[in-house]
Amino acid sequence: MSSSVYARSQVTAVRSSFRLRPYFNEARFDLLKMLRLPVYSLASIAFPVMFYVLFGVIFGKQGSGSGDAPRYLLASYGAFGVIGASLFGFGVGLAMERGQGWLQVKRASPMPHAAYLVAKLFTCLAFSTVIVLALMLVGVTAGGVHVSLLQATALFLVLVLGSIPFCALGLAISYFVGPNSAPAIVNLLYLPLSFCSGLWLPVNMLPHFLQRIAPALPPYHLGQLALLVLGYGEGTILNHVLGLLSSAAIGLGLAWLGFRRDEQKTYG
Amino acid sequence: MSESNHVVARLERVTKKFGNVTALKDVDLAIPEGRILGLLGPNGAGKTTAVRLLLGMMRPNHGRVTVFGGDPRNAGVRVRVGAMLQVGKVPETLRVREHIQLFSSYYPQPLQYAETLALAGLESVAGRLFGELSGGQKQRVLFALALCGNPDLIVLDEPTVGMDVEARHGLWDRVRDLVSRGKTIILTTHYLEEADALSDRIVVINNGCVIANGAPGEIKSSIGGKLIRCTTALGADDVRRFAGVLQVRENRGKLEIRTSNPDDVVRTLLSRDPGLSGIEITSTSLDEAFLALTRPQTNPAARKEEVYQ
Repeated sequence: MSSSVYARSQVTAVRSSFRLRPYFNEARFDLLKMLRLPVYSLASIAFPVMFYVLFGVIFGKQGSGSGDAPRYLLASYGAFGVIGASLFGFGVGLAMERGQGWLQVKRASPMPHAAYLVAKLFTCLAFSTVIVLALMLVGVTAGGVHVSLLQATALFLVLVLGSIPFCALGLAISYFVGPNSAPAIVNLLYLPLSFCSGLWLPVNMLPHFLQRIAPALPPYHLGQLALLVLGYGEGTILNHVLGLLSSAAIGLGLAWLGFRRDEQKTYG
Repeated sequence: MSESNHVVARLERVTKKFGNVTALKDVDLAIPEGRILGLLGPNGAGKTTAVRLLLGMMRPNHGRVTVFGGDPRNAGVRVRVGAMLQVGKVPETLRVREHIQLFSSYYPQPLQYAETLALAGLESVAGRLFGELSGGQKQRVLFALALCGNPDLIVLDEPTVGMDVEARHGLWDRVRDLVSRGKTIILTTHYLEEADALSDRIVVINNGCVIANGAPGEIKSSIGGKLIRCTTALGADDVRRFAGVLQVRENRGKLEIRTSNPDDVVRTLLSRDPGLSGIEITSTSLDEAFLALTRPQTNPAARKEEVYQ
């Protein structure tokens, strides 16, 4: 018996090099799991699209008459959409799986720890991609929005890549909220922040004190960056990129604190 | 024990604290290869902490944990260990098949998918979403996830909690199957019956200390015994000092005495209190005896410890 154990351990040593398969499967099944969860998949895609149809296409076209509203709101509702998918996908998804003990089961397995986070990031990016493409489709067809191919590509990249700092913020939130309160708390952060960052209404239509607060809010920078692509927006690209990078850094920093705190917690 | 002395995993003088709470106190534990070790104790005894240490999910404050001669957090060790933990909620929107495929891919040499299904008895529900399964089926999926990687050591943390008798016995048979394939198993439970039915060796743990360690027969005789009920003028503290008395408590005006030697205890009782009445002697059920053993204030090992301190 002991000789077989010895032989087996040598085999293990040879094979314990980096394997891509767990990463691939983790990402694939995480996406599948979230797609089948209407409370996430339907809500994260349908809400921004519905908002955009109501306020951008129907109300926007009729209201100003300039035809600019559907184009302007394509950028800002795009930001609204990808931020929601990221905060909910990461924040709520992780808080639930951690709080309900599923993460512990995964941690007890030989799953590479990074595979779990990479998979969640992949899922959020996939949802962001669908949201941005859906909004563009609605904008171009129903909204009569004109964008060049270059602008469309740039907008797509800005929104999808720009969602990553919100994944980091979601990760941070997941450490500080319980599995049951997570959806409510994320909503309480997400909706007011979106409003105050000028994602629903242009920033210059907001009350003055909010206009002053907005630049301190992460969604403001993604919104403005997306708007700059379409020729609107304020500030410089560098300014907003730095804003997003510092948001990501803050998110990761808080997540690290949360992780450390979690490690010290009592486990039965 | 004699034919296989190879130890697969070991806790050596391990202490684990969470803030002010000491979950494990100076615990030694050796898990022999190809056997089932039953870790028995009430909730909060430290079983789950021991399991988490063995799985490399946390590190001890003092002492050493080794699995297959290495650190349990080592990647080469982890692929030789499978675990079934207590979990509040498993993602419900993946199918049984998908859960198994995913966990199998964590291991370099997993079992064939069909073999995993058969070992866990999940053939008929492989295509179902996890959320559509019954309680027993859900437990069997978690069981499948523990064994799908073909690990040498399998850790089962309260595997039959919430199962009915039939499902529990079914799972016991599946655990025995694994041992016949040469697997080493650590099983935690708070049912003495379960530890007795499955284990080659039982370690009883309470308040973070190992209070008994032996073959199931030894454990049963040390924590089994008879229960004497009677009405007497004697105080519980007096009776507790009699030879052969394991535990005494007062219950609805009667004294309940658990003992390994009922004949002598009855003789002593009658000689001390001629007015003794309503005497009744029964066998204690094993679970009852076990509960008595691990109840904090009446636990003989803990009492001994207090004396030494």
